[in-house]
Amino acid sequence: MGLKKPMAVTLVGWALLGGLQPALADEEDNQDRAARWKQLQESLFPHRQVLDAGGIITVDAPPRALDAALVPVELHIAANKPVKSVYLVIDDNPAPMAAHFVFGPKADPRDLKLRVRVNAYTNIHAIAETQDGQLHAATQFVKAAGGCSAPAGPDDNAALADIGRMKLRLLGDFNAGKPMQAQLMIRHPNFNGMQMNQITRYFTPARFIRTIDATYDGGQVFHLDADISLSTDPVITFGFVPHAKGQMKVVAQDSSNATFDHSFDVPGTPAG
Amino acid sequence: MSANRYLSRRNVLSGLCACGFAGLTRAAASAAAAPAAAAVQTFATDEVAAGIHIRRGVDEDATAANEGAIANIGFIVGRDAVAVMDPGGSLVDGQRLRATIRKATSLPIRYVVMSHVHPDHIFGAGAFTEDKPQFVGHARLPNALAQRGEYYRMHLDQILGTGRSGPVINPTQLVKDQSRIDLGGRILEITAHGNAHTDCDLSVLDPQTGTLLLSDLLFVQRVPSLDGSLKGWLTELARLKNVNARRAVPGHGPTGVDWPAASRDLERYLGTLQRETQQAIAKGVDIGQAAKTVALSERDKWTLFDDYNGHNVTRAYKELEWD
Repeated sequence: MGLKKPMAVTLVGWALLGGLQPALADEEDNQDRAARWKQLQESLFPHRQVLDAGGIITVDAPPRALDAALVPVELHIAANKPVKSVYLVIDDNPAPMAAHFVFGPKADPRDLKLRVRVNAYTNIHAIAETQDGQLHAATQFVKAAGGCSAPAGPDDNAALADIGRMKLRLLGDFNAGKPMQAQLMIRHPNFNGMQMNQITRYFTPARFIRTIDATYDGGQVFHLDADISLSTDPVITFGFVPHAKGQMKVVAQDSSNATFDHSFDVPGTPAG
Repeated sequence: MSANRYLSRRNVLSGLCACGFAGLTRAAASAAAAPAAAAVQTFATDEVAAGIHIRRGVDEDATAANEGAIANIGFIVGRDAVAVMDPGGSLVDGQRLRATIRKATSLPIRYVVMSHVHPDHIFGAGAFTEDKPQFVGHARLPNALAQRGEYYRMHLDQILGTGRSGPVINPTQLVKDQSRIDLGGRILEITAHGNAHTDCDLSVLDPQTGTLLLSDLLFVQRVPSLDGSLKGWLTELARLKNVNARRAVPGHGPTGVDWPAASRDLERYLGTLQRETQQAIAKGVDIGQAAKTVALSERDKWTLFDDYNGHNVTRAYKELEWD
């Protein structure tokens, strides 16, 4: 396809989009990306074979992101093979392993949504780990740049004021024993250590959510290991199976070892 | 970081994205200017009220061809001194504004008002350092510049060419709430606003002519861009409609418009953005889908709609989903 016409660089968008476009021939890029992915597989999944998606998992992200600091990513898992965990890898981010969800007995793993930072034009890989230990990877190419080093909100202190506040929104109707979707929102700046104060020349120290555990009446829904790629104020949409009315408990821990927890009645959404 | 890799590639491309538009600045060689400014072109301005001169920016994003001259910028002449608002979208845009002022008057340029942090309004400030003016900004502008100034400069250089964006100038006089500047027989009232278009918006009222210089608190014809708070912007707009002024100068669009009538389109857009984003959140429509569907009834009413609306929806969604 050769040189691509750059999209309009919007003035406001710079802060969030990053207006920078790579323009190499696709073929050269594709070779680079294949080599990068091979290298990542060896380091992230040593001595394991990563198979094709094989209809088990798909990943969906906007091909051209509106906001590189907030790229919505959806993972869909076919119900035909039990999956115990899902990895999200953003190949060209500084810390490629963005998230690892391990599903518990209360999970409905079929649909997951999260928001991530994307630092450069990159492949995003979603890897499903089946109960029998196989890895299946799906890929989506995303055009976005600058999402990691782009300045965050204008005021770091304001971002910390509300830290740890949570909301849980139930999507759809509650029926005991039937899977349903929930959206978890956590106030957290998720500073990734790459935003520089241009006057002091210091980087805002990294402080980001490392783990989230969601349990329903004591039974695990998911455990998430996260890294610096989750967007500010992380939002995660996930499925679970409520056997009866009960409580969703969420515990999040950040890289400063602060713990935030909240319990939510299901059904019913008390303000967080 | 790999970002550097892309910087050099973007340089290669900047020539390709220039659309060849040279137009509305209507540049003309300055014959009468002082020798030091002889090589600098001037541009045409509209005198929207007695002594208030505004250059209309083009309804485009910054390109090498338009040299960043995309915002409405200008100056106000008093008996003893001149105030600039805004200084322009690049060093050369600021230099041309200065040459235009020097052609109109020899009074000293004592104030340069920087209406907010966005580069299309303030990167011309470096053209005025030799005048040793007060650079007037919102109390939160230094922080916003610390976060973004250098980042903007780097990206503007990508578009205009290295070194052409201009230096990041910090304000020397901060406005926390309200302040006045005296140009001699003409006192301008400056208001620092709450989080609205950005978190550091200033407006200037000239009570003498009933003219309200709103910069990007008011968009006309060009689609608004949201970088502060949607709810805050609507609040500030309601407050501004009660200001005793009959004419406003928007940051983009025509140089002079009737006030408060000209706020109607912006209010409708922001109201639609708020209502439909709230509806999307209530229905469980996710942020990515909302960006494609919210406020589309506004599409034919604004220029550059497709370049900004999705981004505005994303901002609005992030703000409103926590209500």
